[in-house]
Amino acid sequence: MSELDAFRTEVREWLEANCPPEMREPIRDEDDVCWGGRKWVFKNDAQKAWLEACVAKGYTVPDWPKAYGGAGLTPEQTKILKQEMKRIKARSPLDSFGIWMLGPALLQFGTEEQKVHYLNQIARGEIRWCQGYSEPGSGSDLVSLQTFGEDKGDHWVVNGSKIWTSYADKADWIFCLVRTDKANKYQGITFMLFDMESPGVTTKPILLISGNSPFCETFFDDVKVPKTQFIGEINRGWDVAKYLLGHEREMISGGGAGGDMVSIGGAFAKSFGKNAAGELDDPILRAEMAAFDVDVFAYRAMGERFMDMWKTGRAHPASSNMMKYVGTELNKRRHELVMSGGGSDALEWDSEESKGGARARSWLRTKANSIEGGTSEVMLNVIAKRILDLPGA
Amino acid sequence: MPLYHNDDQAMLKDSVAPFVAEQAPVSHLRKLRDSADATGFSRDLWAQFTEMGLPGMLVPEDHGGLGMGHMEAGIVLEEIGRNLTPSPFLSTSVGAVAALAKARGTQASRWLPAIASGEAIVALAIDEGAKHRPDRIATTATRAGNGFRLDGKKSFVLHGHVADMSIVAAKTDGGITFFAVPKDAKGVTADPRRLVDSSLASHVTLDGVEVDADAVIGEVDAGGEILDALLAATRTGAAAEMVGVGQGAMDMTVAYLKERKQFGKLIGEFQGLQHRAAHLYGEMEVARATVMKAQQLLDEGNEGAKLMVSVAKAKAGRAANLAVREGVQMHGGIGMTDEYDIGLYMKRDRALAEYMGDVHYHIDQVARMNGY
Repeated sequence: MSELDAFRTEVREWLEANCPPEMREPIRDEDDVCWGGRKWVFKNDAQKAWLEACVAKGYTVPDWPKAYGGAGLTPEQTKILKQEMKRIKARSPLDSFGIWMLGPALLQFGTEEQKVHYLNQIARGEIRWCQGYSEPGSGSDLVSLQTFGEDKGDHWVVNGSKIWTSYADKADWIFCLVRTDKANKYQGITFMLFDMESPGVTTKPILLISGNSPFCETFFDDVKVPKTQFIGEINRGWDVAKYLLGHEREMISGGGAGGDMVSIGGAFAKSFGKNAAGELDDPILRAEMAAFDVDVFAYRAMGERFMDMWKTGRAHPASSNMMKYVGTELNKRRHELVMSGGGSDALEWDSEESKGGARARSWLRTKANSIEGGTSEVMLNVIAKRILDLPGA
Repeated sequence: MPLYHNDDQAMLKDSVAPFVAEQAPVSHLRKLRDSADATGFSRDLWAQFTEMGLPGMLVPEDHGGLGMGHMEAGIVLEEIGRNLTPSPFLSTSVGAVAALAKARGTQASRWLPAIASGEAIVALAIDEGAKHRPDRIATTATRAGNGFRLDGKKSFVLHGHVADMSIVAAKTDGGITFFAVPKDAKGVTADPRRLVDSSLASHVTLDGVEVDADAVIGEVDAGGEILDALLAATRTGAAAEMVGVGQGAMDMTVAYLKERKQFGKLIGEFQGLQHRAAHLYGEMEVARATVMKAQQLLDEGNEGAKLMVSVAKAKAGRAANLAVREGVQMHGGIGMTDEYDIGLYMKRDRALAEYMGDVHYHIDQVARMNGY
């Protein structure tokens, strides 16, 4: 037996012993997803036990070093762990912007002290983070951000506001882009970290077209931030931000951009009915779904090729922008077809049968896919400039 | 297996790409076309292909070939596509080889070495109407004397008028049977038609053609698997060639955006064109990945290959079609001229898109394979 096979056996046995049956059920409600943090109330004992077991093993962040709360797994081992979790339909023990976004930035730019302190907190799910990037006047043109930190010697006094801060009302800490030099556009931003309970921080949820409020507007009114709480260098936060955005697009590209990557027509065949020839009983919708399926399977191959090339340094550094563009546009198309396939049932907004309007709300939610993390239009600009080398882009 | 070319494949590409670009660039196609060439390709060029060992790439080693896979054949096809090179590579070295290698037996032993040595050109006589409907083959083979009598009409037979042998699919009592019909067989008429891309495809009439029992490729009534192998290989090959056509058209177009000036600016500075070019780039990258995945699954003998082959033919068809349409449009007036190459890309793409099932056919196949 190879070392990897032995590892797989070990993982399998560990999961069998430690993943509670309740944690192998499909996600039904929002609080089935464990986000951790100071304010987190576990839905049940199983959710708590599953998180604790993973924390003890380093499996909330399997590929991080052990000193920072991870399990120090190699990419191959991490892949095996993910495969085995998927096989038993295990839920993620911990979802977190700390894991997905701040962690990678800390690993790249943090001091040793910061890594030990913050990464362990993230790995254990003790602190829930939110991200302070966009501002009401700075969306696609993020670098024009105006939230200002005035230098007061040993601390900054921060004033301004952020928008689209996901779950800011539930988060404990924020990683935040703050202008610290008004004369320098790119080299005048600092990547700060501070407690959301600091005096002067307020949040206001934003009601979206989906009827949900996952995003907030966040206001800073004379918020004191100690001058030890930043990553990288003062005034060089844009480097961290760019790295993080790149990482975010890479992560989206490797996984979620295309949404649920299975045949859509196959899923509707049962509910929709078929004609005598065994075809979906609506020829035009069938054709559109089949054309969509071609694009889904094609994008799946693209995702595999992208990851194979990315991991071995063969991919164009800007190719994650292409992945995000193609994948998010695909997912929006999927949800248009889901709505068409569902007919008037899919329009229901709050009935029990519709699971609280799940399809309609998801459909509306996906419209943000091609806006958040860089709009499709910005992705196309980047492809034109950095990959096709077109002039003046 | 990672989804990119390994070192050997990269080396193959490094030798094939300059070879095709130097020996058979678009001007080579123009020369054949303008001299009203009656063969459909250059035999001198095919001899050069043979020196490189290309015709027998997919031929098993015990039959004198290189025993390579679809991934390798795809590398050659992409360069053929990029340079619009007329050649019998797709029909003879990919489709015919896949069928014969699947069947084994007498005909395989006879023809595979001849293909590998560059001596034999083999045509594929599958289609019978203007559209690809391989499930409705009407050509019949009836037992007669020691062998069979073939009757029917075939269409879109590339190189049918010059092929040394045609692989003919016909209906027999219990299924489909394949036959090796030699060039000089009595009752065979090949009527070559010049197509939009200057290639020659024949309408072939089989009028009481008598063949011996040993003309059967594989077993009688057991042609289903051979048909599957032939179609999978040819479709994947056509998709790879389309990736080359699309990439060639896109590269030309992006280069043009960087040199053409209007309103005092390079037209590539206009965001309206930048976004369309960037979108096309994404579609071409996805098509390339999809075709590679189909090649990989075929080479592995994976049962998921059939679905991915149809996905690849459809996706490459869509992407290359977008590339040539955007190519002509972004070139503006000059794109409409015969003198400029971009129009030739549009023509070749159209012929390849139709070959062995168009986008719509394969989208329908994908629906069927997913149970709807």
